[in-house]
Amino acid sequence: MTNEMIKPHHKEPLIHIVKRDDMVWWKAWLIRIATIIVAVFAVGGISMLLTGNDFSQTYETFYRGVLGRLDEGNTTMLWQYLQDVAILLCLALALTPAFKMRFWNCGAEGQALMGGLAAMICMRELGELPYWAQIIIIVVTSILAGALWGFIPAIFKAFFNTNETLFTLMMNYIAIQLVAYYVVVGSNGNTVLPTSSSGNLPIIAENEYLLNVLVVAVLSVIAFFYLKYSKHGYEISVVGESQNTARYIGINVKKVIIRTMLISGAVCGIAGMLLVAGTDHSINTNTIEGQGFTAIMISWLGQFNPFIMMLMTAVVIFVGNGFGKVTERSNLDKSFADIATGIVILCVVGCEFFIHYSIKFRSSKKEAKK
Amino acid sequence: MIIAFFCRAVLLGVPLLYGSTGEIVTEKSGHLNLGIPGIMYVGAISGVCGSFIYEHLCNNDIANMNPFLAVLIPFFCSVLGSVFMGLLYSFFTVTLRVNQNVTGLAITTFGIGIGNFFGASIAKLVESEITSVTLSKTSSFFCAKLPFADKLGWFGKLFLSFDFMTYLAIAIAIAASIVLNRTRVGLNLRAVGENPATADAAGINVIRYKYLATCIGSAIAGLGGLQYVMAYADGVWSNNAFGDRGWMAIALVIFALWKPSVAILGSFLFGALCNAPTFVKGLGTDAMKLFEMLPYVVTIIVLVFTSMRKKREHQPPESLGLNYFREDR
Amino acid sequence: MSAVPAIELRSITKTFGKVVANKNVNLSANHGEILSILGENGSGKTTLMNMISGIYFPDEGHIFINGEETVITSPKDAFAYKIGMIHQHFKLVDVFSAAENIVLGIEDGAYNLKRSTEEIREICDKYGFELDLDKKVYTMSVSEKQTVEIIKVLYRGADILILDEPTAVLTPQETEKLFKVLRSMRDAGKCIIIITHKLHEVLSLSDRVSVLRKGEYVGTVKTCDTSESELTEMMVGKKVELNIHRAEPNDAKLRLCVSNITCTDRQGTVVLDDVSFEAYSGEILGIAGIAGSGQRELLESIAGLQHLNCGEIIYYDPETGEEENLRDKTPVQIRDMGVRLSFVPEDRLGMGLVGNMDIVDNMMLRSYSKGHSVFLRRKDPRDLAERIINDLEVVTPGANTPVRRLSGGNVQKVLVGREIAASPTVLMVAYPVRGLDINSSYLIYNLLNEQKEKGVCVIFVGEDLDVLLALCDRIMVIGSGRITGCVDARGTTKEQIGLLMTKSREDVR
Repeated sequence: MTNEMIKPHHKEPLIHIVKRDDMVWWKAWLIRIATIIVAVFAVGGISMLLTGNDFSQTYETFYRGVLGRLDEGNTTMLWQYLQDVAILLCLALALTPAFKMRFWNCGAEGQALMGGLAAMICMRELGELPYWAQIIIIVVTSILAGALWGFIPAIFKAFFNTNETLFTLMMNYIAIQLVAYYVVVGSNGNTVLPTSSSGNLPIIAENEYLLNVLVVAVLSVIAFFYLKYSKHGYEISVVGESQNTARYIGINVKKVIIRTMLISGAVCGIAGMLLVAGTDHSINTNTIEGQGFTAIMISWLGQFNPFIMMLMTAVVIFVGNGFGKVTERSNLDKSFADIATGIVILCVVGCEFFIHYSIKFRSSKKEAKK
Repeated sequence: MIIAFFCRAVLLGVPLLYGSTGEIVTEKSGHLNLGIPGIMYVGAISGVCGSFIYEHLCNNDIANMNPFLAVLIPFFCSVLGSVFMGLLYSFFTVTLRVNQNVTGLAITTFGIGIGNFFGASIAKLVESEITSVTLSKTSSFFCAKLPFADKLGWFGKLFLSFDFMTYLAIAIAIAASIVLNRTRVGLNLRAVGENPATADAAGINVIRYKYLATCIGSAIAGLGGLQYVMAYADGVWSNNAFGDRGWMAIALVIFALWKPSVAILGSFLFGALCNAPTFVKGLGTDAMKLFEMLPYVVTIIVLVFTSMRKKREHQPPESLGLNYFREDR
Repeated sequence: MSAVPAIELRSITKTFGKVVANKNVNLSANHGEILSILGENGSGKTTLMNMISGIYFPDEGHIFINGEETVITSPKDAFAYKIGMIHQHFKLVDVFSAAENIVLGIEDGAYNLKRSTEEIREICDKYGFELDLDKKVYTMSVSEKQTVEIIKVLYRGADILILDEPTAVLTPQETEKLFKVLRSMRDAGKCIIIITHKLHEVLSLSDRVSVLRKGEYVGTVKTCDTSESELTEMMVGKKVELNIHRAEPNDAKLRLCVSNITCTDRQGTVVLDDVSFEAYSGEILGIAGIAGSGQRELLESIAGLQHLNCGEIIYYDPETGEEENLRDKTPVQIRDMGVRLSFVPEDRLGMGLVGNMDIVDNMMLRSYSKGHSVFLRRKDPRDLAERIINDLEVVTPGANTPVRRLSGGNVQKVLVGREIAASPTVLMVAYPVRGLDINSSYLIYNLLNEQKEKGVCVIFVGEDLDVLLALCDRIMVIGSGRITGCVDARGTTKEQIGLLMTKSREDVR
């Protein structure tokens, strides 16, 4: 019998991966922060190779590209940076309740565009109304438009379990086409919509970005309490963890899915409105700049915690804007920023492996025994 | 007119067919690769780089170019580029067990970045005004048609007038269908996607299958990008021109119920839908924009209808989207 | 057969994080022998066997096959050494046919399903299996699935067969049939290792018994030299009274009356077919049946989780004496009607609790929506969590530990504790001791008896007929969604219940 056997290789595996649950929080954060730093410097290295700039030049451009000349009291760049962070964070905040419910809302782009489109239409059409009425109508319609774009995939998910990832993706493109249509119609066949002077959101303290930043800061706090301490937040977690449990304790799963997506879409709508009525005063198909996708990754990187998300947004925008500037100055294409963002995000999600698993080297142990 | 419409539909459908065949192969191993759009960009730009270098080596003179090399070099580069992206994706999802959706999206961001970056860089090298690269010589080899196609009237136009990449796409889809359903490798792969623990207990090397399926799937998808640039766009690369075809390809997978043979018809149908606005006479630019929604709306309708069907065989692979760790308890 | 053992384990140790699953275990099994591995739930039997079959890799220790030291790093290696394992949770691909599942993973020659099917049929004939090889697994019964698993292992020419709790889901008659097959395989010279915690099976089937306790090896005895009480002592470590206390029901009043309920699943298959029964206060009503015969659907219908095609569920309120129809009510509506219904479902972490939430948050599951505030109140649930941890001796680092990290017994204590804390009038429990060690099991039995004496109507779905017979007052048998009989537990035998369990199946066919 024995001699028929096919002998497998007579060798112990070199490495062996084991799951672990017990890493202390500060160690985990040390790993994450170290990864971010290493990733940023690695990408910086690549850019130095491509541009031929030396280290100090690159990081000087990088830093100035994001924050400007703070030392000379010029805060324009800083505010621009904060504005970018605010918009991306707003989208990520919007997506988080949906993700916590395990509803892969990939439609932040479309939901925000719809909010922006609604705001734009109101701005152009309601010029004769009193200012306060304009603002109220703009806020309400853009929230409704965003919510509608979240609501449609949600009903189908709730009643037919339709794949929401692709549904929301397709809704993005429909929104983009709608915006393209409105741009053509609104500009009488032109390709660019003129900026609107009516219906702009108020400017606080002579800073056109301050309002946006404040709104998103407030939203972050609300989101934190909503997710962690409200009954809705609790229902969202239960539905996300196990629909069976939700059914068992009598949560109306369909209602929770639809309600959460209405909220998700509405907050996206707010982001779109902040962009269109707050800063851009116009709209085009590229107003959101693909931030809807980045927001998905931010929400995940932030582990659904609004404050960690804040940090991650700051990092991602810093990297994106910074490398955008570095390559721009060196006559390289600015899409290098996308590559940089991609690499940094991959590194950060990849490092979670070292937090949740440990690697055991077998050979050393064996020798020690002998 | 109808024949011309059909031919355009096929041409538009082919990149989708590559993309969705690649995605089906990947999904059969239980991995939802949302990086396909990025991978298709990389496949395209790698091919562009390859042919750009070759054209330069031949002093931009078509007489110096060897037709086989002119096709093989971009082809090989394209496969290489997309396999690299596939490896990256599988390293993160299979080995590091990172969430598949997040990895996929990051790969897409990364891939589109690479595509546009190299595209723009090459455009700057040749000092082009706009960010586009023209490789009409290589393209002419890719577009080579059967010599007797024109002589056969409508039959020749309908079936024989396409570039070889079109036929290759159909061949790959059919081959994938046969491999998945009729061979041991296909059986094992499907088992890995349905229930990796079972496959593992049956002695199948789950990790290897997942890596291979993802990389081969990526290579196939990447060819879609190459076909788009070389055959559809006549060798012109411009940034972001490939657009959202990658996402449509992923949607097509659901439409095709994870069957490559159905994906062939599906992709041509999608091609026809994308093509419809240009064939409706007398549309203004505004109405055109609305018409361009058509493929997306149809995709949604298809999604809804497939989700209403409950047949067991028509469901996605059971462990799709879940990463596997053998010692999970 | 050779004198060297077919398989021998020397000082095997395996840990999962901080949990030691196996510590310094030694074991050997010969060709032509049936070895039982006996141990309580959680004693590390399955982990040990998973190391032989290549699913896990031991931290320390050596494995010898036919006297030669070997390293098994994957299931593939195990097959090369002719080791085959039949897992408790079947490892089958649902959408594949039986034949496809059997040939899965074999790599020799060209793929030819037709020829393979012929070969499989030969094996079936040799050992007397009956199986439709083209049948898809998801349409199969549990015992059919088990047959597929066994043929799968035999088809690979395994010499060493490991069976993990193979009888857990079988009727007494099916068990006897399986044992016959196993004995004939032993006589053919194969080495058979069977994992179990049922003593009478050990005694009737095996040649030798090895006992594990809390991951450690206790010893091996010859079956002919031992007794049930000696084995129990080895297994538990102390003398255990194996009698479940059973009081006579007093003051039994009609509490729940189910009449003619019929229910279909999503595919349109009838899962409950004209079911009628009554349940009384102060008694434990047992429900026996083959797994998947409609037990889950029955309990879920009462709990308001199933849509019924027809029939009624009448609840008699003990305080007001009113009758309430529970049909097509949601769990929330039932609660709002003042019906105190508690339900411990079969799937503890997938339905009864949320694995990633801590004990406090799990306590809130039933009560979080009380009050008008938008925000949660965590104070009461925290008190309840602390109380349950103290009263039921839940082993946990604290009330804020995710339930997922607790051991099976402690998870069940948390769940049962929460359901009883709602002071129910009807308590439904499904497989409450599955996967629990003896001490935890008895704790659960005592809790159920306590409720019964308080006048609660307890409905107990179980799989171990010995337990059902010892604990319940009446036993109702369900088969293929029909009630096939209802007997007094005090005057019935296991075989009678077994017959009721299978009888209906043949009737339906």
